[in-house]
Amino acid sequence: MAITLFVLPALVLFLLLVITPLVLSVYNSLYRWSGYQTAPRRFLGFDNFTRMLEDEVVIDDLWRGFVIIALSLLLQLPAALGLAMLLNQPLRGRAVYRVLFFAPYVLSEVTTAVLFRVVFSAERGLAAEVLGPFGLGELGAVWLSEPRYVLFSLFLVISWKYFGLYMMLYLAARQNIPKELTEAATTDGAGPWQTFWHVTLPLLGPTIRVSIFLSVIGAIQLFDMVYVLTGGGPAHASEVLAITMYDRAFIRFQFGYASAISLAIFLIALTFGLLYQRFVLRRDLEGAITVMGGRR
Amino acid sequence: MTTLATRPTGSPPAPQRPRRRLGKTLKNPLLHIISIAIGLIIAVPVVFGVLGGFKDNGQLATNPIGLPDPWNVSNYTKILASGSFWQQLVVSTVIALTGTLLVVGVSAGAAYVFARFAFRGREALFTLFAIGLMFPFAVAILPVFVMVRALNLLNNPLGVILPQAAFGIPLTVIILRSFFRTIPAEIEESAILDGCGRFGFFWRVLLPMSRPALATVSVLAIVGSWNSFLLPLIIFNDAVWYTLPLGLQRFQQTQYSNDTAGVLAYVVLSMVPALAFYAVAERQLIGGLTTGVTRG
Repeated sequence: MAITLFVLPALVLFLLLVITPLVLSVYNSLYRWSGYQTAPRRFLGFDNFTRMLEDEVVIDDLWRGFVIIALSLLLQLPAALGLAMLLNQPLRGRAVYRVLFFAPYVLSEVTTAVLFRVVFSAERGLAAEVLGPFGLGELGAVWLSEPRYVLFSLFLVISWKYFGLYMMLYLAARQNIPKELTEAATTDGAGPWQTFWHVTLPLLGPTIRVSIFLSVIGAIQLFDMVYVLTGGGPAHASEVLAITMYDRAFIRFQFGYASAISLAIFLIALTFGLLYQRFVLRRDLEGAITVMGGRR
Repeated sequence: MTTLATRPTGSPPAPQRPRRRLGKTLKNPLLHIISIAIGLIIAVPVVFGVLGGFKDNGQLATNPIGLPDPWNVSNYTKILASGSFWQQLVVSTVIALTGTLLVVGVSAGAAYVFARFAFRGREALFTLFAIGLMFPFAVAILPVFVMVRALNLLNNPLGVILPQAAFGIPLTVIILRSFFRTIPAEIEESAILDGCGRFGFFWRVLLPMSRPALATVSVLAIVGSWNSFLLPLIIFNDAVWYTLPLGLQRFQQTQYSNDTAGVLAYVVLSMVPALAFYAVAERQLIGGLTTGVTRG
């Protein structure tokens, strides 16, 4: 009785607005439907899904998503890790740096994107002006307008906003490593690099694995930043799945097709999530549960 | 923290060793240079925005990066005097606070049950909630739009508050459950012996004791709501209900080409509440992210 009363509100809200939409998406994806309440629906079976496989924009969205993920994992996270290691050392003004580096995380993606639209703009932009004296003025003007570079610019803005979050996670994990462990390694004759590679890095493993998970899931559902910064352009060069979904649903009124795209996003996230939990996080989660039970 | 899981315990304390002075003095300047360089990358775009807001558009075109000459406050005062900025501030605040109250309220009840009651199907139910973490919000947005429209809640703040709260449930339940578990069972037993009852214990003992955890999840929910964009974008098309990110995006959409300086001023003003909140709630925010995230 008490159980029901305590769980029910959360359960109702969750089933109604998280689970039901998922079921409705599956239903809608089987129809041709403009999205208007009274508009006719025509049953299509799996046509929306086969159509997706032939849609060049969708296929390229997958590729662009992959590029963003690869850049994040190869550049953003390692840079954040390196910085966390630096900031872990005694350094005057460390607290100020920490607060400053994390600050962009609290700004919304919209705020960040609007700011960087101006920063990257050709005529009044910060980037163009700063690079000008180095003879790169021309490069300064193409950040958001040149299809070859726009995805990289997008990645830079994402990194500007989020690297502080990862740095903070790594830093917190680093500070949980007892001093004795790294000092013992030093006493045994290990250099700083060896100590990092053989002692610190393995102990940071669980946090690094979780940060990779967050970064990938974040990239899969990326929307706000792209919508405001580039709208997916020029010529789809920075478009991602969620943008295509929004465009098909609310601009072209292909609600059924857009639902199929949304399910593709879901399946990608779910497949990645389950495989990652199964093969990468499993050990950590077992540890986490025992720790959660016993700590504090 | 999951990091603790792999930490070997009982390692012998290392003998103190004199640090090498030379290495330290060499390392520190380099550290400072790197930190300052990254600090500049973070700060310069924001400073560019603040200064740009003090220029008129002519100045911004001829002198994008220098100091304003003369300083011109009209961009800022125009926005502050217009009323729509304040209205968006109020809407964002009301949505963030109501939504947070809702999600924390319902999640606390559920987390109490998951932490304290034993019944069949408990773990299955908890897993259902936990899996919700893997549902990207973008996936639910189309059916949520249809449902909200069917309930006649378009252009109604509830249309944003309810789905947002529902999607916040998984993380909130997970964090609160692990905190509730740490409160000793003896406290509950004695409270019940004193005639408190389940509700009395929950309301008068458990919640007050869990203030730090409640603060953490509330701060996370507020920041999430404050920065959310996709949901308000599709639910609100009446300017009366624009939230701050939506208002900013609409402002730059119409004013970008003829009033870039005004757009910069708008960006800067919209950063102020977020940064002020960060200044106040920094500890809860970072603590919540570092513990909540590695647990989730």
